[in-house]
Amino acid sequence: MSTLSIAQRTPVNFYVPVSAAAGAFAGLLVGTSQGSTIIGVLAGAVILAVLAFGATTLLAERPARWGILAAFGLAGLLIGALPGLIVGLMFGWFFGWFIFWLFEGRYRVGLPPYLTMGQVLWHYTFRVICGAIFVFLITPILVVLPLSFNAQDFFTFTPEMLAFDPAGYSLKHYRDFLTNDAWQDALRNSLLIAPMATLLSVSFGTLAAIGLSQPHVPFQRVIMAVLISPMIVPLIISAAGMYFFYSRIGLQGTYMGVVLAHAALGIPFVIITVTATLVGFDQSLTRAAANMGANPVTTFFRVQMPLILPGVISGGLFAFITSFDEVVVVLFVGSAGQKTLPWQMFTGLREQISPTILAVATILVVISIGLLTVVELLRRRSERLRGMSPG
Amino acid sequence: MKFRSLTAIAATTALCAPMAFAADIADEMTIVSWGGAYSKSQLRAYHEPYSEKTGTKIINDDSSAEAVAKLRAMNEAGNVTWDVVDVVAADAMRLCDEGLAMEIDPDTQLAAAPDGTSAAEDFGELLVSECFIPQIVYSTTFGYRTDLVGDTPPTSVCAVFDTDAYPGKRSLEKRSINNVEWALLCDGVAKEDVYDVLATEEGQQQALDKLATIKDDVIWWSAGADTPQLLADGEVVMGSTYNGRLFSVIEEQNQPVAMLWDAQIFDLDGWIIPAGLSPERQARALDYIMFATDTQRLADQAKYISYGPARASSAPLVGKHADLGIDMAPHMPTDPENAKNTFLYNYEFWADYRDDIEAKFQAWLSQ
Repeated sequence: MSTLSIAQRTPVNFYVPVSAAAGAFAGLLVGTSQGSTIIGVLAGAVILAVLAFGATTLLAERPARWGILAAFGLAGLLIGALPGLIVGLMFGWFFGWFIFWLFEGRYRVGLPPYLTMGQVLWHYTFRVICGAIFVFLITPILVVLPLSFNAQDFFTFTPEMLAFDPAGYSLKHYRDFLTNDAWQDALRNSLLIAPMATLLSVSFGTLAAIGLSQPHVPFQRVIMAVLISPMIVPLIISAAGMYFFYSRIGLQGTYMGVVLAHAALGIPFVIITVTATLVGFDQSLTRAAANMGANPVTTFFRVQMPLILPGVISGGLFAFITSFDEVVVVLFVGSAGQKTLPWQMFTGLREQISPTILAVATILVVISIGLLTVVELLRRRSERLRGMSPG
Repeated sequence: MKFRSLTAIAATTALCAPMAFAADIADEMTIVSWGGAYSKSQLRAYHEPYSEKTGTKIINDDSSAEAVAKLRAMNEAGNVTWDVVDVVAADAMRLCDEGLAMEIDPDTQLAAAPDGTSAAEDFGELLVSECFIPQIVYSTTFGYRTDLVGDTPPTSVCAVFDTDAYPGKRSLEKRSINNVEWALLCDGVAKEDVYDVLATEEGQQQALDKLATIKDDVIWWSAGADTPQLLADGEVVMGSTYNGRLFSVIEEQNQPVAMLWDAQIFDLDGWIIPAGLSPERQARALDYIMFATDTQRLADQAKYISYGPARASSAPLVGKHADLGIDMAPHMPTDPENAKNTFLYNYEFWADYRDDIEAKFQAWLSQ
């Protein structure tokens, strides 16, 4: 692809104004945070315009980029000590790269040569928008991670933390989580309830999906809709309904009740993933197995199950995460004896804003990332087995 | 778990009916409270000594914030799972009126003071409802950042409405109660006339108009932990919350915050026992209440949190903070130095006008 277009140097009246515009945008952010938006915008534009012109006319690329990096780092250091230095170096690296990227015309490399200026602009604008959405989605998690190491009992970035002073950080919220009875009870309950709910969801969900994939089952769509409904009905409605129903049959405030409620919430995930896997399953395999004398149970465990296993496992993981993250239903169906982690986090946030919640959130985020990675790997494996992707 | 143990109790009762003493009184109870430092103070002052004395297993449920709604739902479902519930006095009155809480006779069901004074006399006028056993006196008051108010720290509650002298955000509770009283006080209404003025349409409008002068500078809070967080962040210069929360911020967390006790509004918090408990559980709940609201126990709680004990006989027994070792008496809202200018919350007024004023306030808030 890279041979399609050749990088050509661009004229001064292109790269200087574009650099200035980027500088103005960066100045907008810095200026607003420092208290004066207009000065920030103007200063950013002027500095970048001068830098872009100066660096490209006076110096070669390598020394110019090092110079920009050093200048921004120094400016950052003067404004905000160590954190300022790091932010400054990041800005410096980016602008050094950006100026020469424009100046040398490298932005054309890798794109078809027949694209108009507008199309090239859109190509990169689109990427910036995607990046911005990504940042928007991930920022809350990125804020939570460092705050969980706060040495204070508040959700505050203290001056010590911003200066990367080791005294501003501590593991005491993790210690609190590991030693506090309330959190340990909640963790134990979550670890007790989630696997049981997952087991039930997976068993019933897989059976339902296999049953519904048989062509001779009547009212397939209606049954499917009913089984999927816990995912569609607002959670609070299901929760209130379950509360009154479970109260009457003596299940409210018991482990069994919470497990059943969570299983009901998890079943739709299993049905959907297993049904999707069954689409690629060749029914003649079961007939072949039957032909060779295997009974349906043997056929299921020896032939069908291994092939749809990735779907079962990913459905099971979703069911597990649903139960592990669920707060509304357990608030209704459970009583204090079945307090799960999300419940403890919910009351903790309302009554006492303690960073222990952030420590727990960090641990849960890490677990969730691990589980989702497993799901993704299984999905790829399943695709490979079915020959849907070359990987 | 509970289901199983209840089944076990039922089985025990059936099997050994002649020696049924074990089934006369439940050996497990669920106590509902507010969570955080407050629950911790109850745990150390009441629950732990009680469990030690009787062997009862106590389960904590931090659901007091939605106690009224949940008790209604439990009552409707015919399945009351709570044994003792910590609520503010106003909620206790509502629950009592709706028949969701059982009535308590202070003379037979509460402990007398050590000198023989009857419980009814010891609690005095704090027994605001037949179902309510008072536990603490707390106040809603303001705290301010000492480093953000310049050289003239505020001395009057009206500093909240003075954005010229004290620029910056302030945090107020997202409901009308307390805010409208302060607004009228700072709009020139005499303290004794506040509720008369508030009873009129014009008076309610006057309060909202006064609040409107600072509406753009207010961050509205709904949980007691919000203002401490906002103060610690420096996000607000001053904010209202419960005095115990501010004590924790100032003394335990060492934040640059100070108390503004002026025009603090007292309120009561205490226990109720839900109506409709089985006899064994009711016996256990009553036994717990008798123990946990005696003179010594109420004084003990003040070792862990700066709320004033509701019994007159407990006040002289208030000692030092259990961990910090500082004298607790000067941090009590009822201390004479702090209570120079207090405002008396009028339960009857709010019982009559709450729905009306609250609706107007919320409508005003969303404008």
